[in-house]
Amino acid sequence: MSGEDWREEIFAVLKRGGIRQVGYVPDAGHSRLIELCRADPEIRAVGLTSEEEGVALAAGAWLGGQRAALLMQSSGVGNCVNMLGMTKTCRFPLLMLVTMRGEWAEFNPWQVPMGSKTAAALELMDVLVHRVERAEDAAETVAAALDIAFDGSLAAAVLLSQRLIGAKRWVK
Amino acid sequence: MSENHPPGNRAALERRAAMRILLEGRGELLLVTGLGSTSWDAAACGDDPRNFYLWGGMGAAAMTGLGLALARPERAVLVVTGDGEMLMGLGALATIGVERPPNLAIAVFDNGHYGETGMQRSHTADAVSLAGVARACGIEQAFDIAEEAALADFARRAARRERTLFARVAIHADEPPRVLPPRDGVHLKTRFRRAIGIERN
Repeated sequence: MSGEDWREEIFAVLKRGGIRQVGYVPDAGHSRLIELCRADPEIRAVGLTSEEEGVALAAGAWLGGQRAALLMQSSGVGNCVNMLGMTKTCRFPLLMLVTMRGEWAEFNPWQVPMGSKTAAALELMDVLVHRVERAEDAAETVAAALDIAFDGSLAAAVLLSQRLIGAKRWVK
Repeated sequence: MSENHPPGNRAALERRAAMRILLEGRGELLLVTGLGSTSWDAAACGDDPRNFYLWGGMGAAAMTGLGLALARPERAVLVVTGDGEMLMGLGALATIGVERPPNLAIAVFDNGHYGETGMQRSHTADAVSLAGVARACGIEQAFDIAEEAALADFARRAARRERTLFARVAIHADEPPRVLPPRDGVHLKTRFRRAIGIERN
């Protein structure tokens, strides 16, 4: 992977992985990926009012034979906790891509409590947690999470670190 | 279909009769029911692998129906849930109002109470019109239903897959004997996917 544009590489992984529905709560770190999903005629991008809606959306998609992915910010993980019980009980596959706040160079202390516990909250509900610190690791990490989610009927999350996202944001 | 009115259950249906009307001659209909009594109502009409009963994830029913409806546009998808379950996932109506798949219908059995937890009053008993919320969210075809003929008409329209539909169905606040469907989530998921031909093993 080149690491030149990791957001577009992630999109390519979602396409290759047969993702047909993408639920998202907007986040600056996901904005390019959301644009790509919305522009793709084979993907239904569904804006959500709150992240837990996406857990149910993904379950329904799978019942109907489609693969879904969820895009959210780390604060949204807390909103998903009870719904993830359904994912676990039914062994629904679930792929969550989470942009991190509240860690590297965070200016808003209100982001810190959830951001610092995002991985722990996911692990509490038995979601497999992957983490990306470097652009060149993004695509293959998402691909690994996608495979274990859909081939293993498990929930998997990829945390895209604030340093990764921030490093991109500051150079524009 | 009557005008919106505060839910006092002045006119109301028996919940089991209402579910029977919705499922009568169901054809290709796919059903999602919410945590609680609507799952027992569906089971009382006869278990079916094309029923996905939520035994948890309160608030998930409408969004599960949305994901399913988007995945299978050629099938009619009906969500039947209760007022308490719908209230917990009210944002779903905003999301569905944006997406509006024509093959999705949502019927909320509204008795103004949390029937599974001791019959405490719900917000619909005192203030909230669920059909009004649905309409305000962009689901234009949103109705208050308290009569069997109107509910049968709603079911026929759902089968035609022409518009996103919403019905707040006034039901009596009673508790008919529980009829429990299977509760193994993996079993429910797998048999559903087999029944619609997307999982073979």
